[in-house]
Amino acid sequence: MSRWQALQAGQVPEPRSFGPLSVTDFVRYQGASGDMNPVHHDAGFAKAAGYPGPLAVGMFAAGVMNTFGTDWLGASHVRRTRIRWKAPAFADYVLTVSAAIDALREEDGERYADIALTVTDQDGAVSVQGWMTFVVPE
Amino acid sequence: MVDPESLGARGTPFPLDVERGKCFEFARAVRSEDPAHLCGAVSHPTFLSTTLHWEKRVEGANPWALVQMSEELGMHAEQEFVFHGPPPGAGDRLIAQARIDDIWEKRSRAGHRLIFVKMVTEFRDANGALRAEAILTGVERHPPEAP
Repeated sequence: MSRWQALQAGQVPEPRSFGPLSVTDFVRYQGASGDMNPVHHDAGFAKAAGYPGPLAVGMFAAGVMNTFGTDWLGASHVRRTRIRWKAPAFADYVLTVSAAIDALREEDGERYADIALTVTDQDGAVSVQGWMTFVVPE
Repeated sequence: MVDPESLGARGTPFPLDVERGKCFEFARAVRSEDPAHLCGAVSHPTFLSTTLHWEKRVEGANPWALVQMSEELGMHAEQEFVFHGPPPGAGDRLIAQARIDDIWEKRSRAGHRLIFVKMVTEFRDANGALRAEAILTGVERHPPEAP
């Protein structure tokens, strides 16, 4: 968890990679969330739907991205997260999360950090974009 | 095809009890080792995705079916969670209610007709205080019409 004095606009923490992803990762997420769509674990179903294999659950990749944010700025301090999907990920992909501080601002006596996050795959293609807002203690 | 008549539709309210074991299971699934997530002091920022487990227990809880978005042309484009204070934690007993909040259209640069639908789910505590909102945006993408 970072404090106000330690933050500045444009600040970039060390990116972190996750993977290679496995279908087990997708299944664990599906059980946790309740999204049991077979496109994420049944290879025959995924191929019939036009994919090369089981597709990562969009909210799994987004969840990992959010973990990067809360590890940096605090689990109890998050106030907003927005997720936009850009391209699918599959088993064996390695995803890398990077982030930067967009803005530091004060509103109604609270201090906030707005950050932008990006999840890229092993070829550099953007898989997920995100924006999070945290309250920041002094 | 999106039915504009679904705008304003409301789902039946349903309970969502935030449980410690579920907070732990969910945190592990999204690779969080933060003790606050693992013990359920606060849930992960995307934990309210677990409404999928709860809404199935109450008929009419999810009004999304009324939108009738095409399975072939539709997709989950964006998801947002807003917290009015720290995210819910283990022991919180929330009441959730979803509504079809907005439907709008625009045309992509490539000429696709894009129909967006926003569904907002509010999560309130026993006193009626708004604790969190989940905002889902779906898009139905129609190919450009032949000239």
